[in-house]
Amino acid sequence: MTHTLLRKGNSFKLFILTVFIIFSGSVKAQSFDQVMSKGKIRGNFQLDMQYYQEDTIIGAEEVPERILSNGFLNLVYTNGGFSAGFRYESYMNALLGFPEGYQGNGIPYRYASFDQKQFSITVGNFYEQFGNGLAFRTYEERGLGYDNAMDGIRIKYRPLKGVEITGLTGKQRLFFDYGEGIVRGLDADVYMNDLIPRLKESKTRILLGASAVSKYQADQDSRFVLPENVALFGGRANITRGRFNLNTEYAYKVNDPSADNNFIYRPGEALFIQTSYSQKGLGIVLAAKRNDNMSFRSDRGESLQNLLINFIPALTKQHTYNLLATLYPYATQLNGEMAFQADLIYKFKKGTLLGGKRGMDIQLNYSTANNLDTTRLNDEDGKRLGYEADYFDVGEVYFKDFNVMLTKKFSSKVKGRFTYANLVYDQDVIEGKPGAPKIYANIGIADVTYKFDIRNSIRTEAQFLITEQDQGDWATLLIEYSYSPHWFVAFLDQYNYGNPDPSKRVHYYNGSFGYNDKGNRITLSYGRQRAGIFCVGGVCRVVPASSGVFLSITSSF
Amino acid sequence: MYLKSLLLTLFSSVFFTAMSQTENNSIPAVDIQNLNGTTFNTSDLKNDGNPIIINFWATWCSPCKRELNNITEMYDMWVEETGVKLVAVSIDDTRNIAKVAPYVNGKGWEYDVYLDPNGDFKRALGVNNVPHTFLVDGNGQIVWQHNSYSEGDEYELFELVQKLADGETIE
Repeated sequence: MTHTLLRKGNSFKLFILTVFIIFSGSVKAQSFDQVMSKGKIRGNFQLDMQYYQEDTIIGAEEVPERILSNGFLNLVYTNGGFSAGFRYESYMNALLGFPEGYQGNGIPYRYASFDQKQFSITVGNFYEQFGNGLAFRTYEERGLGYDNAMDGIRIKYRPLKGVEITGLTGKQRLFFDYGEGIVRGLDADVYMNDLIPRLKESKTRILLGASAVSKYQADQDSRFVLPENVALFGGRANITRGRFNLNTEYAYKVNDPSADNNFIYRPGEALFIQTSYSQKGLGIVLAAKRNDNMSFRSDRGESLQNLLINFIPALTKQHTYNLLATLYPYATQLNGEMAFQADLIYKFKKGTLLGGKRGMDIQLNYSTANNLDTTRLNDEDGKRLGYEADYFDVGEVYFKDFNVMLTKKFSSKVKGRFTYANLVYDQDVIEGKPGAPKIYANIGIADVTYKFDIRNSIRTEAQFLITEQDQGDWATLLIEYSYSPHWFVAFLDQYNYGNPDPSKRVHYYNGSFGYNDKGNRITLSYGRQRAGIFCVGGVCRVVPASSGVFLSITSSF
Repeated sequence: MYLKSLLLTLFSSVFFTAMSQTENNSIPAVDIQNLNGTTFNTSDLKNDGNPIIINFWATWCSPCKRELNNITEMYDMWVEETGVKLVAVSIDDTRNIAKVAPYVNGKGWEYDVYLDPNGDFKRALGVNNVPHTFLVDGNGQIVWQHNSYSEGDEYELFELVQKLADGETIE
C-alpha cells in the first residue's frame, strides 16, 4: 500500500510539472495576467453519508463504523484550449453495497489537456469511447462506484475536414490502483459528407468508423500458455437520411482466455444494429444485438465490473419506477447473448377519439434477451475452444419485458402516467443463484400529479408487482410534495405483502426532505432500504438491506 | 523546494485570478454530437445575443422528461417573448442513444438536441446529476444554474429568462 501511495505521489508531481511546462509554453507571448483572466475554474462536490441502525426484521446487519460516507470533489480549470483538473475521492469507509476496493482517500483522477484545431493531447486520466463502445469505452458512474478511467496519453488528430483519428495508451483504474494490463487503442471516424465534396449536399449523412484495441498482460499461468497480447478489431457505420437512422457496429476479438470464459481459446465477436424512424408525434426504434464470448478486460483474472475495456449495452428498457427498476433489472451477459428490442412512441392528437381534449401519449416497448444456442465441445485438454454456437439460433430466455405507458393530462391541474409491464427474469443466470426459478411478474403503476398552483404540487405513485416466485407480491406507495423552486418532502412505503414467509411481510418505509438552490442540493432521509439492485446507465450494483439516516449534499460551481 | 514554491505561486495565482473573474464564465468548448452522430463544438452554441437555456437530461430520467415536456407547452410563447433558445443535452449512452431522436420527435420537442455520450460536456460544467439546467445570457456568459426538477420550476426559470431578455442582471 505504501508503495502504491509513493508511486502515486511521484506521478502527481510529474503531472503538475507537465501542466506547468505546457502552460508556460502558451503564456510566453502574452502577459501572465492577460492569459489568466480568460481562465475559469469549475467543479462539483458530492457527499453521501449514512448512519446505520441494526434492523433484524429486514436483515440489516450492524455496521461496526456506525457511520459510512462517500465523497468527492472535482475541480477543472479551463483556459481557451487548455484544461487541467483533478478529483479527490474519500471513502470513510465506503457505503454498504459499494465495491470493497474503495477504501481511504486520494486523488485517483487528474489530467491536463491541450486542444488545438488539428490535434488535442490529453495526459493523465481520461474517459473515451470508440463508436458505440463495443471495442473501447472508459466511463464513470460515481453513484455506483463504477470507474474504469484510463491513465496514460491520448492524442486526437484531425488531418482533414471530416476525419478524426484517436490514439491512446495507458492503464485502467482499479479503485485506488491500476489494472495489470496495458491498453493501446487506435480509432478513426470519417464523416463521408465532409470528406467527399460530391456528398456535401447529399441528404444521406454517412459516418464510418474503425477501431483496433489491444491489451498486454504477462503470462504467469502454470496451467496454460496464455496470449500476452490480445487484439480486438471493430468497424461501424451510422447512416442518417431524413427521419431514418441506421447505426451498426461489429467487433471481433482474437482468443482471450480469461476467468470470465473459463480460460477457453475461442475468439469473441459482437454485432449491434439499431435503426430508428421518427417524425412529429411518432418514433420507432428497432434494435438487435448478438455478443459471443465478448468480455474484454485489462486483467484476465478480474470479474464483476472491474477493468472492462469495452462496453456491451443491455438492449432492454431502463425503467425508473422503483419496483420495476430495482427488483428485476437486466444486465448484459458478457459470455453470450442475443437480444432484440422494439420501442414505439406515439402521440394521439388533441381532438381525436383517444387524444381527447388535451391529447395522450403512448409508449410501447418489447425486449427479449436470450442465451446463444451452444454445443459443448469437451475439448478441455485439446484446443480448448469450449463450445460451438450457431449464429442465428436463439437459446433459452434470460429476460423478457413487455411494457406500455400512457401519459395523459386530464386538466390544467391533474396529469397522470400509467404503466403496465410483464417480465420474465432468469434469476439463476442474471444474479448467479443456481437453481432459483424463473420469475414471471406483472406490474402496474399509476403516477398522478396534482398541481395546486404554480408553486405547490403533489405527486403520488401507486405500484403493484404480482408474482408467484421469489419474494411474492409487492406494493409501493409514494407521496411527494414539492414547493417550487426550493423544497420537497416525500414519503415512501414498500410493502412485501405477498411474501410466502409471513414473517417477512415487511413495510420498508422511508421519509425524506430536500432543499435545493442554484447548483446546491441537500437531502435528508430516514427509513429502511430494501435489498435490491440499483442500476444507472446500464451498470447495476447489489445493495444490501439497511436502515438509518441518510444525508446527501451535492454542489456544482 | 524551488519547484514547490514555484508551483504554489503558479497555482495560487491561477486560482485567485480565476476566482476574481466574474465576467468570464463562458460556455466551455467541448466536442459533443448532433443527433446524426456528427461532431459539434459547444463553443458554437450561440443565439444572436439572446439567452440560451442548457438542459442536461436522459431518456431514463423521469424528472428530466417531466421538465422538458412541461416547458414544451409554453416554449412557443417563451421564444416569441424573449428570443430564448433551449439546448437539450442528452447524456444517454449506447444503450438508449437511439431512443433520443424518436423520443424528441415523438413528443414534438422544438429544442436543439445534442448528445454527450462520453460525458465530456457534463464534466466540463461540473454536473453531478440530471436534470441540471444552466442559463446563458446574451453575451454567452453562464449566469445561473439549477439542479433537479420539481413541478413549477419552469416558472422561476422563465422569470430569469425574461430578466435577461430585458437586459437585467441575475444575482
